Formats: sequence, structure tokens, C-alpha cells
Amino acid sequence: MSTIAEQEVTPKLTAKDFASNQEVKWCPGCGDYSILKQVQTVFPDFGVPKENIVFISGIGCAARFTYYMDTYGMHSIHGRAAAIASGVKSMNPDLSVWVVSGDGDALSIGGNHFIHLMRKNFDLNYMVFNNQIYGLTKGQYSPTSEKGKVAKSTPFGSIEEPFNPSEIALGAKSTFVSRSLDRDPKHMQMVLKRANEHKGTSFVEIYQNCPVFNDGTFFAFSEKETKKEQAIFVEHGKPLIFGNGEEKGIRFDGLTPVIVDIKESGISLNDLWIHDEKDKTKANILSRFFDTTFNGESFPRPFGVFYTEDRSCYEQSMKEQIEAVTARKGKPSLDKILSGDKTWTIL
Amino acid sequence: METLETNFKPLVPIIEADSIVIRFSGDSGDGMQLTGNQFTDTAAYLGNDLSTFPEFPAEIRAPIGTTAGVSGFQVHFGSREIFTPGDEYDVLVAMNSAALKVDLPRLKKGGIIILNTAGFDKKNLSLAGYPEGVNPLENGSLDEYTVHKIDVTRFTKECLAGTGLGMKEIERSKNMFVLGLLFWMFDEPMDYTITFINEKFSKKPDIADANIKTLKAGWNFGDHTEIFTTRFKVSAAKLPKGVYRNISGNQATAIGLVAAGELSGMPLFLGSYPITPASDVLHELSKYKSSNIRTFQAEDEIAAVCAAIGASYAGGLGITTTSGPGMSLKTEAIGLATILEIPLIIVNIQRGGPSTGLPTKTEQSDLMQAMYGRHGEGPLPVIAASSPADCFNTVLEAARIAVEHMTPVICLTDGYIANGTEPWRFPAAADLAPIKATFVTEPNGENGAFYPYKRDERGVRPMVKPGTKGLMHRIGGLEKQNETGNVSYDAVNHEKMTHLRAEKIEKIADTIPLIKPDSGNETGKLVVLGWGSTSGAIKTAVRELLAEGYDVAHVHLHHINPFPKNLGELLNGYDKVLIPEMNCGQLIQLIKAKYLIPAIGLSKMQGLPFTTVELKNKILEILK
Repeated sequence: MSTIAEQEVTPKLTAKDFASNQEVKWCPGCGDYSILKQVQTVFPDFGVPKENIVFISGIGCAARFTYYMDTYGMHSIHGRAAAIASGVKSMNPDLSVWVVSGDGDALSIGGNHFIHLMRKNFDLNYMVFNNQIYGLTKGQYSPTSEKGKVAKSTPFGSIEEPFNPSEIALGAKSTFVSRSLDRDPKHMQMVLKRANEHKGTSFVEIYQNCPVFNDGTFFAFSEKETKKEQAIFVEHGKPLIFGNGEEKGIRFDGLTPVIVDIKESGISLNDLWIHDEKDKTKANILSRFFDTTFNGESFPRPFGVFYTEDRSCYEQSMKEQIEAVTARKGKPSLDKILSGDKTWTIL
Repeated sequence: METLETNFKPLVPIIEADSIVIRFSGDSGDGMQLTGNQFTDTAAYLGNDLSTFPEFPAEIRAPIGTTAGVSGFQVHFGSREIFTPGDEYDVLVAMNSAALKVDLPRLKKGGIIILNTAGFDKKNLSLAGYPEGVNPLENGSLDEYTVHKIDVTRFTKECLAGTGLGMKEIERSKNMFVLGLLFWMFDEPMDYTITFINEKFSKKPDIADANIKTLKAGWNFGDHTEIFTTRFKVSAAKLPKGVYRNISGNQATAIGLVAAGELSGMPLFLGSYPITPASDVLHELSKYKSSNIRTFQAEDEIAAVCAAIGASYAGGLGITTTSGPGMSLKTEAIGLATILEIPLIIVNIQRGGPSTGLPTKTEQSDLMQAMYGRHGEGPLPVIAASSPADCFNTVLEAARIAVEHMTPVICLTDGYIANGTEPWRFPAAADLAPIKATFVTEPNGENGAFYPYKRDERGVRPMVKPGTKGLMHRIGGLEKQNETGNVSYDAVNHEKMTHLRAEKIEKIADTIPLIKPDSGNETGKLVVLGWGSTSGAIKTAVRELLAEGYDVAHVHLHHINPFPKNLGELLNGYDKVLIPEMNCGQLIQLIKAKYLIPAIGLSKMQGLPFTTVELKNKILEILK
């Protein structure tokens, strides 16, 4: 640990300090560039020394992220980053651990690890770059691709329902569920900061454009012409409002969300759905603004922090249990362990 | 009960025996494992050498009374050195018809059968699959044995009548009657078991009393009835002086891992997923949390090994324990650890395969998987344990190699030695060699550069803990440029790195002791080359043949990759090489390929260890 005096003279790091000496090799126009830039931009504000940061990734375009950060890092195998990160965090809870994954890596081959990581709630950050396509293997449909997706392995369209990642995360007892997108740098920076602050597994889904195999999939949520009608940016304590003229609000009719014209209905803003990150029931409904309609009505896609919960972290509980058992039983000597309880002597 | 209260005491002669094998056999719920363990502990305290072999069904509670539900416990104890649980038994305890049916074939001709007649009624005979009207107790099929028919169930009920215990609890005590009787038969005291019962049921004194009462009733039954004409005495063995404990292979594995943590100064992390017969290591190690040990029951086999890899990466000693099917699942991750070059201990407690195979039976059929079961060229050190206590040495050796040579290490044990027990003259902590864990904190290149894959003279790369200032670097599963560790697709570099990784493993041979025969001379007519759990059977067979004047030797391998440097030379000193394995011949392929020796194989794939007789017969056939 450095002393306070030393910390004072250490100049604040810049985004550049977090760039490794490796050439970044994503396709031109890939959304991953923006994510890398936002991460490198916000990291200096976190105040964590570079040597205490570890990036763990699996396989896929997103997974190459690890090589581009001048921190510690492991580019591992397909789907297993969550499991590896669990071991890292168990062994050294002081490290700031960031998992970088994609929709195939996190939700297909790594789906089992994903749900168990959420449940166990290690204090780490789990980013899923969701581009709804397999990029590195050159264009097959992914578990988040829309039904009917025409891709290399589905020339006649996929016949599967897609996963809704935030719904899975909530179902798997995630303590931090959020969504952002590559083409909204400010929003992404805000979400990353919130993820970093959260104690527990912070799940950050980032809609990311793949210009080669799935170009424009999320443009409806990021481009001027459609963004305000099709996306809704939620903030804790604020009413759910969207639309070109911010004229639409969402209110509850019982447990059913309803879109209302604020002026026409004359509803008070206080009577709209006020976003509450701590309310799991509301978070569940919000996460289902995906492909679900309520009473035949479609809802805008939400972005922001949907849900947060304070819950003990796995590595902390593990440490506390070890300390408690040690305090109660004492640390036995190796000789005592070798001999066990019952011995006999041959003279 | 009249017989128990009479004061008439027949004088039954006690015969000295140098070793005895007893098989306790009954239904899964009959308490045969506990009975066997209690008998074993008492024999151990009396100074006998011994070896045990618990054998239980894969089903937790198979239908009562069927052959599928038979649970057996075999103990071989002696006044001489004992290396196996015994080919055949002298005494068979059969609590029901199914037990007799399953275990009679391996009872010595003329052996003693103690059977519970209550388990031979019409219903039990039918459940065991005897044809209607056939009762082995009445059809003369047991004429060549000494049979003691005792209604253990009735005697137990009578003994505990009036205690206020329910029928179920009373029935459960019947194993104690048998145990008491056997203690009498072998002139062993009941004290150890009485202490055990009092401790086990300290909160249920009425149950403790009932068990002790039944135990004593069993002893008195032997002492007061005239049906037993002989008792046996097995004197203490002349074992090396010292303090002993009884230990199973899985316990020894767990304790060895605890020791590895202490000796390396590295905190341990065990990532594991329950699987037979490996789960006991997870259970056992979980008890030692106060020794800075983290145990992690992962969501699956893959997560278990991956979490262990993460823990090693973060500066701990990562371990994963499993059995064959789990090994298959872990394979990709082991490949990652191989190319990362980080310490990792993988313990495979082998069982019958492929697939679910024979989960509770033993086999040595994962050797080739350990050697070659990876995609790409990825040689790894492979070591094998030869006995329950040797599991301790094996995992310690694995830790030494893993930490000092920056590599995953595969340890092979199997169901036979994992569950079997033997007396262990355990070492003093002070006598165990330290494991040198060296974490680098300074750059190893010019101008403060750090090269994570710059090797020392042994080909070993530096170990760095994340959190170390100034040494940030990235590692991964992609091929890396020599020294810098940066991603490299360069063809020539890949070939070079492949060789560098293999050479590092080969160089471990410099740190392995030269191999010597376990028994017999360094040259001669025939050597039996073994590995793993066949050690006891080979040792017994070879020593017996040596005593009979045959020119045989036994060489036992602990290091299978790399082999000890002098193995080829040693084997060339014998006219014939016999390699017995509980597989279809795996080590023999490695030996033939490496040393071009016309070795002879002996396979056994019955879920059971070799018997001494099987080995002796094969050796004699070759020597003819």
C-alpha cells in the first residue's frame, strides 16, 4: 500500500495511460472502438492503480479487449471468463475485476457460468457487448438474434426465440442490471461509473454495432430520427418519459404499463411510473420492454440502470467464513493435521 | 435370553494366524461400512498391518434385499506386512441372501461363513434372485465351508426388548452383534468401539447403550455357545517404529494438499464439482478452512477448473479434483492452463469408463487421457499414486512440480486406493521439503520492460501476482510471441513455442529421482513394471515368488511424464518385462513406443484390483 503522501504526488492517470502498446485490430467502424474509448476515458476517475485492475475475457471479437488495456489481463477460453474471474476474485478480493464478453460468449457457451455468477454476486463488473451476431466466426446468428434472422447458418431464417439478457440477469438474482449502447458515449460512461461503484456483480449490457455482419441493428435506438420514439432512458427517481417532444409517459394501470399522452391526458408527472432502481417488480417489467407487448402495445427499449440491490459479495462471505472458523477453531498446526485425531504408536 | 446368561464357558482353542481376510457383506442399510471400519481401527490399534477395500453400489439405496444393494467391506490384517485387501477371504459375514450370492465366489474353500438366517427367508431369497424352492442354506451348496447360521435379527431384538427403542432402531443395531462376535473370534477388545459409540451417540445415550449392549451380546454369544470350535489370534506386525494413523487415499490427497499450501506459502483454492469417487476430497478439504484454504463448489466441472486457473493466476495454488467424465469436461481449460504456463493441480480419481461407466468401481483407464487428452501439442507432467497413503506424497510432488515449473500437473489415483485405507506412519511437518514459490516483482528486461515468457535455464517463465506495480501484462490462449507474450500468428514462432513448452516438461526429469526396483534385483529374468494402485498386488506377488526362489523384480512408476531418466536402461536389464494394468494396455504402449521393448501386457477390466494369484500365475506362465 502506498502512503497518503505518495498518493498525493502521483499524477492522475489519463485515458492514454490505460492503452496498451498493442495495435487495436477490430474492423473499421466496429462499436467496440467506442466501448474501449469510454472505458479508457472513465478509468482514471476511478482512482484504482493500474496494477490492481484485471480484465478477464473469453472468446469472440469483444474478448480481444483485454489485450488493449494496459492493466493485468487474461484472454481465456470461450464462455469461461466468468468462472475464471470467480477464482481471481476469491483469491484476491482487492483486485478490480472486469469481465468482457459478447452475446455468444456470455449467453450461449457461457450461459451456465453467467447465471451462476449473477447468483453468487462476486464484486466484479461483467460487460456483455451485444451485437446479436457471431462476428469472429463470421456471421452466424447468436442467442440474442431476433427470430427469423437470416445469417450464415440460418439461410432461411432462425427459428428460435432470442434471449433478453437483462431478464435473465434479473432471474438469476443479479444485483446490478443495466443497459447502454456504443453510440451514446456519455450514457455509457455514466453506466460504467455506476457499475464500478456498485458492490457486487454489475451486469452491463452494451448494444454494439457490428458493421460487417449485422450493421445498423440498434440504430433505431441511437439515431436522431428514431431514438426519441423507440428508446427510453431511465433515471432513478424520475418519471418514464419519451417521444420526440417528450410528450409520452408511461404509467401503471395496476401492474400493466400503459403509454399516455401527457398533455392530452392531463396526468401529473408524479402519477407516471417513477423509476426506482430498488424495485425488483418494476425492474422485471422494465426489462420486458423488449419483445413483449402489454395489451397489444409495444414499448420503447429502455437504457440505464434498471435494478440495484445491496447483497453480500461471495468473496467477502468466503473471507468472513474463513476468519470466523479460524477464530473459533484456531489454525491447526500441520503436524496436527498430519496426525489426525486417532493415532497409535509402534515401539 | 438363556444362552447369554449361562455361565457355562466352553474352552475354545485360539489359533495363531499370520494374516486374515474378512468380508463384511450386507444390504446398503445394514451398516457394513461402519462395522468394517470399527474392526479395522481396532486391528490397527493392536498393531496389525492392514489394507481395506470398501465396495458399495452406485445406487444410494437400491431396493432392499437385492444384489444391486449389496455393500461390502473387506479388511486384510496381519502380523506381517500387508499390501492388498486380499484375493480371497477367510471369513464372510453375510447379512442376507443377496450378500451371500454376490460374495460367496471369493470365499476361500473351507472358509468360514457367518450368516444372518433372518436374511434367508422366502422373501429375501426371492429378492436375491434364487429360484423358487432353492435355499443355499439347505441344498448342500455350502458343504465345503464352515457355516455358522445365526438369527442375528432375533437375538438383537431379544437383547434390546424392553429398552423402549422402536423396531427400526433395534434392527439398526444388528451389525453390532456381528461386530461383537467377530471381536470375540479374533480375540480383540471391544474398548475402541465402545468409546466410538459413546462419542458418536453422545447426544442419544439410549442409542449408545443399545449399541453397546448388542455389541457385548455378540461377544458373549461367541463366548458362551458351543457352536464355535476355533478362535484366531493375529499378533501385532513388526512394522517400523513410529506413530501411525489409518488413512484413505482421498483423505491423504486432502491432507497432502493442505501440506502443499503450508510448504509453498501459497493460499490454496480448490474448485470442484461433486463426482464419485472424488467428492470426498472436496468434503475433506472443506473442513480445513482455517488453514487458509478456499474451497469452491462450482456450477460444473468446467467452472471448477476455470476458477482454479483464475485463483492460480491471482497468486494462489489452484487445484481441481474430479474423475474421468469430469476430466473430459475440463480438457479445454487444461489446454488453456498449459499455454498460459501457470501452476495447477488436477487430481483424477479414476473409475470405470467410458461415460458414466462404473462410478463406484476402480480402473486405470485414464492414463492415455492424462498423457494425450488435449487438443494441440500440450505435454503435461503426469504422476500416479500407488497406495492410499502414497496419495499424500503424490499431491505434494504435484504441487512441487506445478509451482516450481509453472505448469498444470495431472495426478492419477483411482477408486480402489481413494476409498481403501492403510496404516500410515505420517511424517513430521519439519521433515517435509519446502516448495519454492517465487513471485517476481522487478522487470526482467531493459528500460523496465517485463517479458512474461522469458524463461530461465529450466525453461520456466516468471510468476507474477496481479497487483504487482510496473509489471502489467496480458496473457491468453492465443499463441504468443517468444518472451514478450504478445499475440503472434508467426508460423516459425509457433513451432518454437511448441518445442519450448515441451522441453520445459522434459527438463522436469532432472529433478526426479532415478528409479530402482521396489523388490528384486536390478537385472534378471523378469520385471513386473507397474504404475498406480496395482502396487500392493504386484509387491505381494513378486515378494512371494522371490521367497520361492524365482528371479523376478518389481519396478513401480510414480512419474509417468516425464519418465525417470534411467527407466529405459533399467528395463533393458531384464529378459522380460510384464506390465499389468487395470485397462486394455496403456502404459505398455508408452513403454513400447519410447524404449522399443517387447513388453508383455496383462489387462483386467472388472472394476476390481488384481489379485496376487492372477499376477503370480501370469509371471509363472512367462517364466516357464
